[in-house]
Amino acid sequence: MIPVEYYVILSAILFVIGALGVLIRRNPLIIFMSIELMLNAANLVFVAYGRTYQIAAEIAKQKPIFDGQIFVFFVIAVAAAEVAVGLALIVEIFKAKKNINIDELNSLKG
Amino acid sequence: MTSDLIVFLVLSLVAIATALGMVFSRNSVYSALFLVLNFVTVAVFYLLLGAPFIAMSQITVYAGAIMVLFLFVIMLLGAESLAPAKALPWQKPLAFTLAVVLVVEAVYLIVSRAQQGMSITAPDASINNMNSLRELAMQLFSQYLLPFEVTSILLLVAMVGAIVLTRQEKGGK
Repeated sequence: MIPVEYYVILSAILFVIGALGVLIRRNPLIIFMSIELMLNAANLVFVAYGRTYQIAAEIAKQKPIFDGQIFVFFVIAVAAAEVAVGLALIVEIFKAKKNINIDELNSLKG
Repeated sequence: MTSDLIVFLVLSLVAIATALGMVFSRNSVYSALFLVLNFVTVAVFYLLLGAPFIAMSQITVYAGAIMVLFLFVIMLLGAESLAPAKALPWQKPLAFTLAVVLVVEAVYLIVSRAQQGMSITAPDASINNMNSLRELAMQLFSQYLLPFEVTSILLLVAMVGAIVLTRQEKGGK
């Protein structure tokens, strides 16, 4: 028996580590990986709460509910699409600027 | 302490340690490998939560496809050899303070709003058989059919976008 709050707390910690990575790292690839970590933390909460509703449905002898898992499936698909486009952009920026330090990508600065 | 709880605590230690390793390691390749380990740990959490299909998708899509793409780009760019730029001096302490504030806030909210009695038992063997997978597929392809199709279009657009972005202009620049 694991209280569902334990999963939510773990996910909050993972999310905050991801946010910290976005704030302190200057390499866009690491920032990207931190975003993936944050997406994963959110997925963990989806599945954990989905499991509590499944258990409730099992007790009430209803059909099992998989909504939480299906949402995670969509999040994984969207994350894959996002990574493909984002990495293509990073490669293009590197080709144009020969540098990927985000502190120096300030061409749009007014 | 039940065996469930012990497994959970050990796995969460591994997950948090690999996440920290990802953020703080100097070498991008190590970061990517730490993140792979983190994804595998989260996949084991999904198994504990009775979601074998999501666990396998996690391993194939995240730990397999996405991280291979990341490693590919890291090695393609070779950005490791670039000189590290000067960082803003106040940035790190500020970020740490904000992160601590955020985690304290989140944990306080979770603990104070917690509904009593919602706890998760490890699934018995019945959830890991084909029936639950069949149920999931039925829901995915009936109730969630439209989002599923939209996702496939999104993946197609992302694929075309990535190719267009990185294509060499013919005879140009």
